[in-house]
Amino acid sequence: MHSLELEAARFHGAAAPWRPPLVAAPAPLRRDAAGEPARGMALALQGVAKAFAGRPVLHDLDLAVRPGEFVALVGRSGCGKSTLLRLLAGLEAPSAGRIALDGRDGDDAATRRAALRVMFQDARLLPWRRVLDNVALGLPGADARERAREALAQVGLAERAADWPAVLSGGQRQRVALARALVHAPRLLLLDEPLGALDALTRIEMQRLIERLWQRHGFTALLVTHDVGEAVALAERVLLIEDGRIGLDERLRLARPRSRGDAACAALEERILRRVLRQPEGRPASPPPGSRPAHALRWAL
Amino acid sequence: MPASSTTPSERPVPRPRRRFHLATLRPWLLPVGILLAWELAARAGWLSTRILPEPLSVLRAFWTLSASGEMAQHVATSTGRAFTGLAIGGTLGLALGLLTGSLRAAEALLDSTLQMVRNIPPLALIPLVILWFGIDEAAKLFLVAFGVFFPVYLNTFHGIRAVDPALIEMARSYGLSGWALYRQVILPGALPSILVGLRFALGLMWVLLIVAETISAQAGIGYLTMNAREFLQTDVVLVGILLYALLGKLADVLARALERWGLRWHPGYQPAP
Repeated sequence: MHSLELEAARFHGAAAPWRPPLVAAPAPLRRDAAGEPARGMALALQGVAKAFAGRPVLHDLDLAVRPGEFVALVGRSGCGKSTLLRLLAGLEAPSAGRIALDGRDGDDAATRRAALRVMFQDARLLPWRRVLDNVALGLPGADARERAREALAQVGLAERAADWPAVLSGGQRQRVALARALVHAPRLLLLDEPLGALDALTRIEMQRLIERLWQRHGFTALLVTHDVGEAVALAERVLLIEDGRIGLDERLRLARPRSRGDAACAALEERILRRVLRQPEGRPASPPPGSRPAHALRWAL
Repeated sequence: MPASSTTPSERPVPRPRRRFHLATLRPWLLPVGILLAWELAARAGWLSTRILPEPLSVLRAFWTLSASGEMAQHVATSTGRAFTGLAIGGTLGLALGLLTGSLRAAEALLDSTLQMVRNIPPLALIPLVILWFGIDEAAKLFLVAFGVFFPVYLNTFHGIRAVDPALIEMARSYGLSGWALYRQVILPGALPSILVGLRFALGLMWVLLIVAETISAQAGIGYLTMNAREFLQTDVVLVGILLYALLGKLADVLARALERWGLRWHPGYQPAP
């Protein structure tokens, strides 16, 4: 019996019939391995810089992210947005500066591992394990498979649990990767262009899925994307990384759910895209087809 | 086929089936043809029995040997030698391959030496082997193990090195490290390559065994064949060759079965539909 039902029966003495509440009960608060409630993580970067073999990629970055915020990093190719993500994930070490996760210094590998998860551009599933075992990767405890099954159900792939990754499509593999990241109840989810390799329709569905799961679990999310439209559809805050520095920090005040055709969304997208491409006001950033020869266009690839 | 006025249920269906039979028989035409020609030539006296006895007498010798239990004994001895040599050389190759593949220090220390030794043909070592081990079992086992070691070592080394670094990075970010990382990511990733090495080894061990058994033996297929040569029993010699061929084929079947089991997940190794 439902726990509320039991309580009601005890109170009324089984005489009064129990009626389900009109408002659906909120999802139970998820707890991670340490027993902490799995909400968002606060980030603080101070003077972070990164250089590869003498070539500087990031210069003196200062950034603060509130817990539960959805931040999008946009910019041209090679601007350093993926590098910034990898620094946060602990896959690279900064050349200078401090990164603090939840106020604690992020150099401690165990802290990082327990609380954050990365989603890469390719699904990176282990081909020699079935889908369910892939989702349960690194999950401690005897109920690992049950939790993995739950996570698969959240992304809509419960019936593919026993398949080999080789038989799944690209979109399905990314969904499994998303389930694998979420089953650990991370407080920070880093997404490194996860939808770049998918077709347009799958991308829209995945965006809606990510938004839904973010709203449900409340983790802090950092999405690196080259698609400004995706950034506007998902994020609350858009950061432009330009020449290794933050060129734009814009908070989006748009209601959810957002539709792409919406005037406010489209205008915002246009404005940010113009800023990314460094085009002056007055000219549309995305010109109508045939208006300009190819060599005169500026490419943001 | 002439048009008939019978209804579809009464019309006979002979033609397609006959065509089906003929097609499957085609690969067998040449071997059967050769066997027939051989039999004819032996019967007619064009082929001396000392050079090449007729197929029927080979079969007869096969039957006699198996009935007397002699064949089982020799086959058991040879197979035992081959697989013992494989076990020794294969285990050593696997262990060293895992070591040099995983640890850069081990690679720097061992790999160039092993590559130099690899280029020595095992059969050229026979005089040395006889001097070291004499002519008993140890010599034969050493030769087989020596030859089998290198394909297993090379393929294991390459397999470990060729594991996708993106997968290793992902696994590390999920908290896997040390033995867990090795067991869950690196070893399964190296398995296709290791199985290729094993397949090479399974084929190679028979070749080396044949030569090792010609050094000197008291039992085994090689002994059977050498003995038969002494007594001009060419049909028994052919039986010996046939046995080697059959055992080689069995070893290949074993290798394929291992591949099918270990690589069920690999899209490149799925059985043909």
